[in-house]
Amino acid sequence: MRDMGAEQRIRKAPQKPRKHLENDILLVGQPNVGKSVLFSHLTGVRTIASNYPGTTVSYAMGRMRGKGSTLVVVDAPGTYSLEPLDEAARVTVDLIDDAKRIINVVDSTHLERHLPMTLELIAQNKPMVVALNMSDEARHRGIRIDVEQLSAELGVPVLSIVAPSGEGVKQLVDTCLELQPIDHSPHNESGHPGHHPHIQHPSSTGRNNSFPEHVHLNRDRIWKRVGELVEKVQTLEHHHHSFSERLEEISIHPFWGSLLALAVITVSFSLIRLIGEFLIAGAVGIIGKPWVELPFGTELLFDKVLHPPLIALSRAIGAESFLHKLLIGTLVNGRIDFMQSFGILSSGIFIPIGVVLPYLLSFYFVLALLEDSGYLPRLAVFLDNFMHRIGLHGYAIIPTLLGLGCNVPGIMATRILESRRQRFITATLISIAVPCAALQAMIIGLVGRRGIGPVLIVYGTLFVVWLLVSLVLRLTVRGFQPELLVEIPPYRLPTFRALGTKMWLRISGFIREALPIILGAIVAVNVLYQLNLFAYLAGAAEPVITRLWGMPSEAVVPLLVGILRKDVALGLLAPLDLTVKQLIIGSVLLAMFFPCIATFVVLFRELGLKDGLKSLGIMLLAVFLTGSVLNLILR
Amino acid sequence: MEKLLTELKPGEQATVVSIHGGRGIQVRLRSLGLVEGQMLRKLSALAWGGPVVVEVKRTQVAIGRGMAARILVRCS
Repeated sequence: MRDMGAEQRIRKAPQKPRKHLENDILLVGQPNVGKSVLFSHLTGVRTIASNYPGTTVSYAMGRMRGKGSTLVVVDAPGTYSLEPLDEAARVTVDLIDDAKRIINVVDSTHLERHLPMTLELIAQNKPMVVALNMSDEARHRGIRIDVEQLSAELGVPVLSIVAPSGEGVKQLVDTCLELQPIDHSPHNESGHPGHHPHIQHPSSTGRNNSFPEHVHLNRDRIWKRVGELVEKVQTLEHHHHSFSERLEEISIHPFWGSLLALAVITVSFSLIRLIGEFLIAGAVGIIGKPWVELPFGTELLFDKVLHPPLIALSRAIGAESFLHKLLIGTLVNGRIDFMQSFGILSSGIFIPIGVVLPYLLSFYFVLALLEDSGYLPRLAVFLDNFMHRIGLHGYAIIPTLLGLGCNVPGIMATRILESRRQRFITATLISIAVPCAALQAMIIGLVGRRGIGPVLIVYGTLFVVWLLVSLVLRLTVRGFQPELLVEIPPYRLPTFRALGTKMWLRISGFIREALPIILGAIVAVNVLYQLNLFAYLAGAAEPVITRLWGMPSEAVVPLLVGILRKDVALGLLAPLDLTVKQLIIGSVLLAMFFPCIATFVVLFRELGLKDGLKSLGIMLLAVFLTGSVLNLILR
Repeated sequence: MEKLLTELKPGEQATVVSIHGGRGIQVRLRSLGLVEGQMLRKLSALAWGGPVVVEVKRTQVAIGRGMAARILVRCS
């Protein structure tokens, strides 16, 4: 097979100089073969792994001990071929250039689909091992692979592994380390003509920088060769249809599948609400009055455990001092109102831990179930038609759902979409009209006190805004609109280990990154109030905020704090004594007005300066109009 | 008999005859194993212009309607 490497292979010249990433072992494979699971096993670095193509959109780097030295292991985003079709795959192709050794992760249950890329990789002349992952699933499905013969045919070592349990991983590592890395240094290059067919020579870059001129291995030869290989090494045994295969049939049925999609969406949102409310208030219920109320939840915990010592502290400091303002905040009827008092020790702890955390736990638990079961690509299939009408395709639902947790990973995940236009539209929509879980927890907590109706109006408005903005963008943003084309993975039972790891990563990320910002914002707000600086701001913002939007001019403070974090900003609406109408408008405006700082940074990084500014312009226009319209139509 | 993938009935098997479209479409379909001469089975087509789901090389693949209309197949 090595002779294929001699064929001409010229790669696109990079548009801008890219960062080289030296790595000892690179994990490469098609999407959804379990590279991230293997990576965690090798390095102990926990990563987010799911059951849908496109989980990993950027590379992850970790270190592994082996043979007395520390090795850098890199987990690349999945790609179907070395011809990069989307951003994520482009990252992978660049990484291959810098890799010393490659582990090609392959799905044992679909050998014939994965071997073409294996052949492409072998042609790169890098030391390489093939890891046949999911070998347990292959056994269950009656697929037998002659590993030794495959290895002999390919000319590289081949090993069976089961990444989630770690079966075969040790042998894989040992085999990989026995491979001799190829020296990368440029002076070696001249001595080995043809050794690195991919290295850019200055003379060759100029004429080969258009995509269609990539010359890869001859496609027909690859497919023919793969056919022969599979014929030789694989035997299929008949097996009975399993329950999950029946469920797979139902899931794509035009009628039953639609019902299932509707049921999954309803159950998911109900479950999020059920778990969230239980963790906060001990209430068991979904809409309206809870069915059961148990003495449980963060509200009770804060009232019983934190309130008495804080009141004692409050008396000790004296309610009028600045220190009291800073630590405890303002007392409401002689008590601390954890939602309204706004001191570091009261609302500063209650908002992130008492309100946001329960909903984050609940949201990420349900999201992980959806991700790991393999349902998300099926949902994308059912929503494709609808999403087409707004200029996207079904797969755009995945970044959008992630955005409902936190806009940052949502916008990052737009990389799984093929065109710049789709990425721009999806990212802009997420930053404007998709409220993150932290904000939603506060909306439910604060607006929900005035009944379920106002909460539904807030959500309904955001949905209408999402729809209208997408329609406008569809008509105005030019570019190519690709069609949905996605591999639907088999259903898999989510494992506790994977669920736990993912939830831990996401929750600890929140505590590490959000908690300091929340506390900082509360300090800043209190100091600025003390200095009376907000009075000037309120005066300046009055024409828009009060006349157009019908909000008290002090609402400028939460709107500005929203640039830091949305949850704490919404909390600042609590002490303003708003009417229901004002609370609804305030919540909608906060959700839309400027993405929080973290989202802001990612938005510009992903879209670039020019499109980032465009996106912000659209946001400002949408906020301006939405606030005014709501003020006109709500009573 | 040759027809478009969109015209195939659910459950029918067919062989890909040709794919009409630019290089982008060719490459994307090829990466999922949809090449000329490949056998496939249509599993379902969603209503109102939704995607077509086919089984190819024992994998389910969802193909947007517009793209499916560019794939010519021969029934077997």
